[in-house]
Amino acid sequence: MMLESAIDHEQAFSRINAERFGKRVVPAIEFRDVELAFDEQVILDKISFTIRRGETKIALGGSGSGKSTIIRLVLGLIKPDAGQILIDGEDICEFDDQELMRIRKKIGMVFQEGALFDSLSVYENVAYRLHEENVDEDEIEHEVVRMLQFVDLEDAIDKMPAELSGGMRRRVGIARALVGNPDIVLFDEPTAGLDPPTARTICELAIKLRDLEDVSSIFVTHEMNNLDWIASEYSVLDSQGNVHFVTEGDKLCLINTEVMMLRRGHIIFSGKDEQLRQTDDPYIARFLRGK
Amino acid sequence: MNPIKKFLFEVQAITNLLWRSIKGLSKSPRYFKEIVTQIDQIGVGSIGIVVLNGFFTGGVLILQAYPTLEYYGAQSNAGQGVATSLIRELGPVLTALMVAGRVGSAISAELGSMVVSQQIDAMRALGTSPVRKLVTPRIIALIVALPLLTISADMFGLIGGGLVAKQLHGLDPKVYIQSVRAGVQISDLIGGLIKPLTFGLIIALVSCYKGLSTTGGTVGVGRSTTNAVVLASINIIIADFFLSKILQSLFKSTMF
Ligand SMILES: Nc1ncnc2c1ncn2[C@@H]1O[C@H](COP(=O)(O)OP(=O)(O)OP(=O)(O)O)[C@@H](O)[C@H]1O
Ligand SMILES: [Mg+2]
Repeated sequence: MMLESAIDHEQAFSRINAERFGKRVVPAIEFRDVELAFDEQVILDKISFTIRRGETKIALGGSGSGKSTIIRLVLGLIKPDAGQILIDGEDICEFDDQELMRIRKKIGMVFQEGALFDSLSVYENVAYRLHEENVDEDEIEHEVVRMLQFVDLEDAIDKMPAELSGGMRRRVGIARALVGNPDIVLFDEPTAGLDPPTARTICELAIKLRDLEDVSSIFVTHEMNNLDWIASEYSVLDSQGNVHFVTEGDKLCLINTEVMMLRRGHIIFSGKDEQLRQTDDPYIARFLRGK
Repeated sequence: MNPIKKFLFEVQAITNLLWRSIKGLSKSPRYFKEIVTQIDQIGVGSIGIVVLNGFFTGGVLILQAYPTLEYYGAQSNAGQGVATSLIRELGPVLTALMVAGRVGSAISAELGSMVVSQQIDAMRALGTSPVRKLVTPRIIALIVALPLLTISADMFGLIGGGLVAKQLHGLDPKVYIQSVRAGVQISDLIGGLIKPLTFGLIIALVSCYKGLSTTGGTVGVGRSTTNAVVLASINIIIADFFLSKILQSLFKSTMF
């Protein structure tokens, strides 16, 4: 009873704050003591973290440590056994399908394997969300071409997913996720199995979304160079409107990117990438260097 | 889980799916284009095998029954024999079984591979309800298409019967047609349509449910496809028995 009213109070408070200070004070994503088990196996054990607006959280962790599960929880595709998940201050755990649809409109998701619709062409895949919302076809076409240019795939517009390579499928998946300018973008290993220049392009994309569009994101990756790029570079616009990527110096430290590391259902590290590199935890050291 | 619990769980899940797909109809977006595509794939795509099936069923009915009818001197009733057994039983049941094999397997394989390749998750993530977009149109398409397919099967069965009667036994087509018209009751026609409606619902629900509940990668897709066809077929046969009983008691006066 006490606890419940405390939580009510807190939510009311954050709503008032949101009105007073704009949306910035309310975290885009917040996990509070989230627990999840499949059959007897505990996957997440009291996980808590927050992602502020415009912040990128890089999620590291061995295979099977629950990274994709966290992303599925954010989308409401699965429900936690206990705890709260707040998106823009709203607890989505008790939401029905209708309310979840409203939340999902704010979120773009890049799936680990692309998850393109096999029966639809690249154009229809990217346009999917706009078609569902009955947007005007001219507008859709303009937006789809723009997104495909963004991921450098305008030539593939009429192809079917089966005709694409793995990396192309992933990039179409990214274009589809970014249509409609979502406030939150979830990347599930977007660069796995891609050549370094393409991987770099995708990371630059994530940096641009973070710095120029104020997008909040979770970026799951196994690649250490992804971590280096995203955690130490930022993008700026020059007066001509061109984007430049600048590496942070010794004095300047990016405040809008954090790293968290998962292991056996727990967050074993959370903080800046510099701290991660200095840690003397043998597991983390081995994870970073591979030996 | 023990088998009884599992059975009850599945019944509950399928009922739930039915309820959600009906609810899906009440709100927009309604996927009319999807419904039309499905009717085309399910209905038009099945017409060939269904017609062939009906034709030879009618033929074999005459082939087997004619000698007996001849023995009793009742050749002129041949049309009636074919018509009642086709319209009441064989037309609806055989057509439904064919469609369960052809369409039920395709539906559960398609939905199953969409589940294992995360396309269903992607659909939900993009703000679409898979029940409304995938299940509801398939249910409607099957409910619309199966009665029409059954009527075509019945028609071609009667033609097949008539041809065999004429070619092999020299029965006058006029006599055959007259006997068909005399033998078919209105209750047969009603029953012959209520059955495919029910069977269409069974095929759609079972195969959508099996497809959407696929787990375990590509192996799982194969498993749910087999299960969908087996489960749908068994349910069709069982439902046929009870429907026949209900229809019989409803139309008692007109039965002979
Ligand atoms: N539907 C499910 N049923 C049972 N267990 C599951 C299910 N989905 C995931 N798991 C288990 O949850 C754990 C975490 O899976 P998850 O996919 O989140 O890992 P991950 O960190 O994304 O791994 P990877 O880096 O390989 O993608 C795994 O041990 C997996 O076996
Ligand atoms: Mg994963």
